[in-house]
Amino acid sequence: MWSIGAIGFTTPWLLLGLLALPILWILLRAVPPAPIRRRFPGIALLLGLSDDETQTDRTPWWLLLLRMFAIAAAIVGFSGPVLNPQPENAGTGSLLVLIDGTWADASDWARRVDRIGAVLDEAQQSGRETALVSLTDLPPDGGLPFRAAGVWQSILPGIQPNAWLPDAAEVREWANGLDGQFDTLWFSDGLDHGWRADVLDRLQDKGTVTAFETAAPVVALKPARFQDGNIALEAVRNRTGTGATLTIAAHGLDPAGTPRRLATVDLTFALGETSATTELSLPAELRNRVTRFEILGQRSAGSISLTDDSLQRREIAVIAARDEREGLRLLSPTHYLEQALEPNADLINGTLDDLILANPDVIILADVVSLSGSEPQALTDWIEDGGLLLRFAGPRLAASDLARDSEDQLMPVRLRAGGRTVGGAMSWGEPKSLRDFSPESPFYGLAIPDDVTVTSQVVAQPDPTLAERTIATLADGTPLVTRKRIGAGQVVLFHVTANAEWSTLPLSGLFVQMLERLSVSTRQGELSAEELAGTIWTPDQVLSAFGEIEEAGTLPGVPGEVLAEGAPGPDMPPGLYAGEDRRIALNVVNTDTELRPIAWPSTVTVEGFQITEDVPLKGILLGAALLALMIDVLATLWLSGRLVAMKGATIAAFATLAVISAAPRAQAQDDADLAKIIAAASEVTFGYVVTGDPSLDRVSEAGLRGLSTILLRRTSVEPVDPVAVNLETDDLSVYPFLYWPITTEQPRPSSEAYAKLNRYLRGGGLILFDTRDANTAGFGATTPNARKLQELALALDIPPLEPIPSDHVLTRTFYLIQDFPGRHISREVWVEAAPADAEQVEGMPFRNLNDNVTPVVIGSNDWASAWAIDRSGAPMFPIGRGFAGERQREIAYRFGVNLIMHVLTGNYKSDQVHVPALLDRLGQ
Amino acid sequence: MREPGTLRQEAEALAGPLPPLLAAAEHLAASVMPGQHGRRRVGQGDEFWQYRPGHAGDEARMIDWRRSAKSDDALFVREKEWQAAQSVMLWLDMGQSMDFASDQNLPTKADDARRLALALAVLLIRGGERVGLTNIGLPPRSGELQLFRLTTSLAQGVDASEYAAPELRGVPARSRAVFLSDFMGDFDSVRGAVTAAADRGISGALVQVLDPAEEAFPFDGRTIFESMGGTLTHETLKAGDLRERYLERLAARKSELRALAAATGWQYHLHHTGTSPTGALLWLYTALERVH
Repeated sequence: MWSIGAIGFTTPWLLLGLLALPILWILLRAVPPAPIRRRFPGIALLLGLSDDETQTDRTPWWLLLLRMFAIAAAIVGFSGPVLNPQPENAGTGSLLVLIDGTWADASDWARRVDRIGAVLDEAQQSGRETALVSLTDLPPDGGLPFRAAGVWQSILPGIQPNAWLPDAAEVREWANGLDGQFDTLWFSDGLDHGWRADVLDRLQDKGTVTAFETAAPVVALKPARFQDGNIALEAVRNRTGTGATLTIAAHGLDPAGTPRRLATVDLTFALGETSATTELSLPAELRNRVTRFEILGQRSAGSISLTDDSLQRREIAVIAARDEREGLRLLSPTHYLEQALEPNADLINGTLDDLILANPDVIILADVVSLSGSEPQALTDWIEDGGLLLRFAGPRLAASDLARDSEDQLMPVRLRAGGRTVGGAMSWGEPKSLRDFSPESPFYGLAIPDDVTVTSQVVAQPDPTLAERTIATLADGTPLVTRKRIGAGQVVLFHVTANAEWSTLPLSGLFVQMLERLSVSTRQGELSAEELAGTIWTPDQVLSAFGEIEEAGTLPGVPGEVLAEGAPGPDMPPGLYAGEDRRIALNVVNTDTELRPIAWPSTVTVEGFQITEDVPLKGILLGAALLALMIDVLATLWLSGRLVAMKGATIAAFATLAVISAAPRAQAQDDADLAKIIAAASEVTFGYVVTGDPSLDRVSEAGLRGLSTILLRRTSVEPVDPVAVNLETDDLSVYPFLYWPITTEQPRPSSEAYAKLNRYLRGGGLILFDTRDANTAGFGATTPNARKLQELALALDIPPLEPIPSDHVLTRTFYLIQDFPGRHISREVWVEAAPADAEQVEGMPFRNLNDNVTPVVIGSNDWASAWAIDRSGAPMFPIGRGFAGERQREIAYRFGVNLIMHVLTGNYKSDQVHVPALLDRLGQ
Repeated sequence: MREPGTLRQEAEALAGPLPPLLAAAEHLAASVMPGQHGRRRVGQGDEFWQYRPGHAGDEARMIDWRRSAKSDDALFVREKEWQAAQSVMLWLDMGQSMDFASDQNLPTKADDARRLALALAVLLIRGGERVGLTNIGLPPRSGELQLFRLTTSLAQGVDASEYAAPELRGVPARSRAVFLSDFMGDFDSVRGAVTAAADRGISGALVQVLDPAEEAFPFDGRTIFESMGGTLTHETLKAGDLRERYLERLAARKSELRALAAATGWQYHLHHTGTSPTGALLWLYTALERVH
């Protein structure tokens, strides 16, 4: 096959035909387009006119170029061009296909399998003996399982990557045990590992090594951690060539228990950086629900980071007794508590009712005595569901009768009246220190500093249950901390204050440790190997190499020591491991993982995964030639002016093309709308409602234009040309007056359009409804148009109506008229009804009527036809007979003038009623 | 060739909605009854004008005996008002150039002109006027029979010539004339006819009927233009280039017509086929009614 660059030709001698192109050029150029013959009476005016230029008797150069292109494309097409013709390069001997098979392979596993399939195909064609080995799943007996490539073809779909890295020692041992001569195709995961160089050396001893790896970087997400109240997320990658932005999603259960994406955050790798960090700020409620973070669009275990309890922060409600003293922070009952809890928990404040609704983990009552109403019951219910109520004593508790005679539900013990003071100025003895904690106490093992002393406390009544409820005592045996379990929860009482008033305990580190032991404040960091020693952790959920979370089923438990090493393997897949009271997430990537690209030595050929296939170009080229010829047909028609004759068809064809570029047109549409609104708002503009009947819309337009002309001539109103208003799309607020002719065919406006119309009517707009049928039905019956009007107006916000009374302001806003004819004469014109209490005052010609513009005028006189003028200013429709008809037209115009005056000046003429009264007052 | 029946029907339909039209007598107020135009003086007519005392020479049959009986001794003669109907002569361009429509959905110019002319005739004859047709020298008469004759003549075929010149055959002096044509042909003949008419005291209206394509000249590319009869040809390589100059010439022709109308006391109107002929008819109505 003869080829140029990446393109080969099956029958190259046909390309000689290209030599004929210049001859064709000359031939084509000589033939001008044929003329078209037209009959045209206006030829009398054309006689004697000559053409300006004469070059078009030859075919224009671009048309020639198009034709040449078509012919050249056809010639090249028939010579059989092929893109990327495949050279044959089969090797001989045995072949080892080596797969890393780690989680880093998972994101493009399908492409790897395709490529391996292609390699196996080749091996099968050349009859090479082949072995396929995955490093994370080494053959149990070592060595190489050589078989026919076709066998591996059938096994290939069953080979899956694993979510862990190969064990270095095992891999080295396997590599050292290899013998025989073979070539190696190594499908690497793109990450450098300590053993890789050794294995490569070993393989190169046996034969040539070709490496395959993807150019895309391998990205992994490190475990999330807390930093300054936010969640810090860090991702690493092995290649630094480009900048990239990844999206990280936090997944978890929503309050309804459905798994969903709770939040997303972007993370940007700068050019040349292997790691990138970002921070995610979530409310505590949401943060405690997060079960995993995931890099979107990646499909590997490395892009998933499971979270365990270490991300969760407890919610603690702190309630102190009302404080009368202002500004003494160090004396505040809760200051030390807040200081101790702040770093590891979220504190919330508020009233008890609200806080119980928020369902915190712990509620702390510092010297709070009285709970009102339903609060005790609500608190009890909450404790029974597992809440921890932590109470501190104080002067108020000591002075109250709480738990004095009988045990209070929300107190662990009964208290003696008054409490006691030791070591003060007025008492004997030294301040008491703490006794070592007993083994039953949750505080067992904590070291007690010397400087912790207690000077005052409330004292428990000796009861049978006191001993088992006491978890810390003073040196003299008096209980200092007591605890009672209620349901799944507990109440704990510190017999001292939460501040330093009664004891130095809150000032000490012991206080914080005690709170930790009580699970009030849990600082759940990394568990050390010592802590894990001797424990067994059972997997809850495991992570596949593709990042899918699966239920663990009956997988055996893992000793804590192994878990502490943190390296997933076949016996310990990555996932979530549950212990006694907490869960630990084992991710494939830990906090100090680094990803490094492999530096292959120059003796190794490195290839990508893309399979190049030969693409025959014949069809494309012949298609292009055909397309060019079709364009040529259109262009020739256009050149000779024949395209005009088939206007309709062409417009349809180009309309389809135009749809493709609709997006910029939408922008243009917006601009046009805006321009229309601005034009309408800057002058007095009347609108008519588009009915969809073109002839009717033309009449409406001509009618309003006629009325505008009359207004311009006779009044100071200077309207511009009327505008067609589409109720669905146009902004109505810029038109003071809308003319709405009714036809039975017009569509009902949408509900949005009705909302706009109602806003328009309430905002002072006026709509003139015209059924145009002179109400021919009469006597209570309705015409079809009137029925249509009723249907249209049903959803409109129209006030009660009445026929125009003789003293309505419309009869005198400009002209004095009593009839409102259009093309027809009908008295039935309806406007907003006058209020029922409107009465005619003695001596006044008119009633004092409603104080606004009637929002609608409804009639049937076909006013637009009476007003309509054509472009030359002559009336478009005859009215009545002779002079009487012209008189009727004049009155119709006067009605129009009055109507517009009413719209624009409102009840101004109605106000004239008050002139005598005003003059009278001025006289005083 | 048009079917006379169809043409008449279409014209009747067009004239239907209009009130009977009157060509105004110059001295008569606009509000006269439809029909003959009283001259406000004694003469032939149907309407009563006045009683006058009889005098010698009056024939006995002229005496109004009823009126005379009411008086003591005088005899009275009943006089009628002199009434005369107006004559309106129509000229319709029957040249081949009128037989043109740029689109099959459009009527030809001749169709529109015929319909317009006959509608006008219907209106005038209903109003009692006399209408004639100069093309075939049909003298002005009134009555339904005349309408029938007009219809037949109008429906008859096309002139052989490419462009027809206005004719004034049989137009009475001081009557009215209406010329309907595209006025594309020789302008001198139009000018000659109109000035000759004006000299004889004839006033009237020029209605130019044009096709939309003649207004827009929507042609492009290499084209050979032919007249309707095929006697004239004009070849161009780029018809689009001619558009500007063609439109200039058309505008010049229109303004010439307008100027001619203004100079002779005639009136000019432009009508396009495809637009409603009602507007043109309404204009003719007002034009003939207008007082000079």
